Amino acid sequence: MQVGVFGIGDVTTDPTTGRTPSEHDRIKDTIAIAKKAEEVGLDVFATGEHHNPPFVAPANPTVLLAHLAAVTERLILSTATTLITTNDPVRLAEDYAYLQHLADGRIDLVMGRGNTGPVYPWFGKDIRQGIGLAVENYALLHELWRTDVVDWQGKFRTPLQGFTSTPRPMDGLPPFVWHGSIRSPEIAEQAAYYGDGFFANNIFWPKEHFQQLITLYRKRFEHYGHGSADQAIVGLGGQFFMRRNSQDAVNEFRPYFDNAPVYGHGPSLEEFSSQTPLTVGSPQEVIEKTLEFTQSFGSYQRQLFLLDHAGLPLKTTFEQLDLLGEILPTLRAEWEARRPAHVPADPPTHPSRLAARENAAAEANDTLVGATSTTSTPDSTTPDSTTPDSTKEG
Amino acid sequence: MDILVISAGLSQPSSTRMLADRLTDAAVRHLGNHDQDAEVTTVELRDLAIDVTNKLVSQYTSPALERALAHVRSADALVVVSPIFNGSMSGLFKMFFDLVPPDDLAGTPVLLGATGGTPRHSLAIEHGLRPMFAYLRALTVPTSVYAATDDWGADSTLGVRIDRAGADLAAVLVRSPRPERVDPYEEVTPFSTLLGG
Repeated sequence: MQVGVFGIGDVTTDPTTGRTPSEHDRIKDTIAIAKKAEEVGLDVFATGEHHNPPFVAPANPTVLLAHLAAVTERLILSTATTLITTNDPVRLAEDYAYLQHLADGRIDLVMGRGNTGPVYPWFGKDIRQGIGLAVENYALLHELWRTDVVDWQGKFRTPLQGFTSTPRPMDGLPPFVWHGSIRSPEIAEQAAYYGDGFFANNIFWPKEHFQQLITLYRKRFEHYGHGSADQAIVGLGGQFFMRRNSQDAVNEFRPYFDNAPVYGHGPSLEEFSSQTPLTVGSPQEVIEKTLEFTQSFGSYQRQLFLLDHAGLPLKTTFEQLDLLGEILPTLRAEWEARRPAHVPADPPTHPSRLAARENAAAEANDTLVGATSTTSTPDSTTPDSTTPDSTKEG
Repeated sequence: MDILVISAGLSQPSSTRMLADRLTDAAVRHLGNHDQDAEVTTVELRDLAIDVTNKLVSQYTSPALERALAHVRSADALVVVSPIFNGSMSGLFKMFFDLVPPDDLAGTPVLLGATGGTPRHSLAIEHGLRPMFAYLRALTVPTSVYAATDDWGADSTLGVRIDRAGADLAAVLVRSPRPERVDPYEEVTPFSTLLGG
């Protein structure tokens, strides 16, 4: 399981002090949080893409992620999300391939449509064509990363003749892609078709809704022949506010919850917590609630938490990350105990996909040798393949 | 037949709920004449008022609201009654139906009713409620019933109008049942179609 944090860099007044951070503060805090995430043992940092105040998530996430690639060593850098609707897929192909090289393969992307109406016309697009844009733009991006010279024509963009997107993906392996959706069955279908990951940002809605979406994705993943339904690559959101003592967490977080730009002045903290992944309480409560996700959605491969939001000061966010680091070993052990052997523990990474490609090439080579030589022995009958190591595959 | 009654009355008991009940009784009686059984569920929107507001401002959907909206989609017919305030349907009534996706009521027979303090609101159903349900492509029945304070008195034709509206709904329901709903999570548009589209 890859565990990480994601955020959209909201510039929100701290309701307990009245202090509003500057954009500069928030941007620098974002970098500090990513470094801290690596320090406490997390695997992923994902940034949103944003084009309007009061958010400081970058308009082009590769700018931030390239910087983070230089100041981190292990963290997988991702997006939450990259707007596949309003960005030119040619620029996405070029920028993210470049980022992939800079980061030595430590990146992947989550495609999203974006959900604020005004953004589309700023980029000359129409929100009513959101699904069509997501489908066509991604089809082109997918091809640009896989075909060296592309001739292409579609509905939404200037045609391409003899176009080569540069740089080519590192080791000829395009970055792994997830498709994010909170309501559209078409996007679950798209993720399944390509055998890509599906990221369900379930932080606002009841689980029943996401069970439908994720079940659809899993079913169609199997339909398109990428593996069994339970082997499909699923990512989930989540959010918590943790203190050693449950009541301290509730008391401290309540003013932030009540005034947060997203859910403030709406449902009560208790009501919201009972129906969504939000957990405000002790480390044990966060562990219990998080493990319920596996029960609701099956074993999955990536868990991202929203921690940096609602005007919480950096110091508090750091404390949340420290506490997450403390419960991480327990979470990992429990997830692993629940995972069926044939279900992947992690999403594909650059090294794992490179290894898979080399294995496949080696197998193809063996088959070829086996077909032409009567003396060769297939690998499957050698004693080595019965050692525990063989269970690591996939 | 699964009949869902939506009443936006505010007091307990409200004349809006009284009208909703009488319209429903009439419809059920006339369905009986067509040899159709009916199962009636009544939703009082006042019980969902906070949930509806929370949904609008924060995307948060309470389980009770989720159930009510799912029922709107699955019901065979709706009986909807709103008080008329300042010349149109009540804000709560409108807010609830603002949460109904356009396809969820397509082809569903809907009987419209309203209550008010003055007979001068009597066309509010026609210029307020009916256009909204037309947008939702619901099949509103021709007879609607508006009941002003005066109508609850002795010499009213209210009973006759209620009976006619109930007969209308039963006739429409028998002749023109709502179409089957497609579950978008069950019957997905294949990706080849999406790509080609």
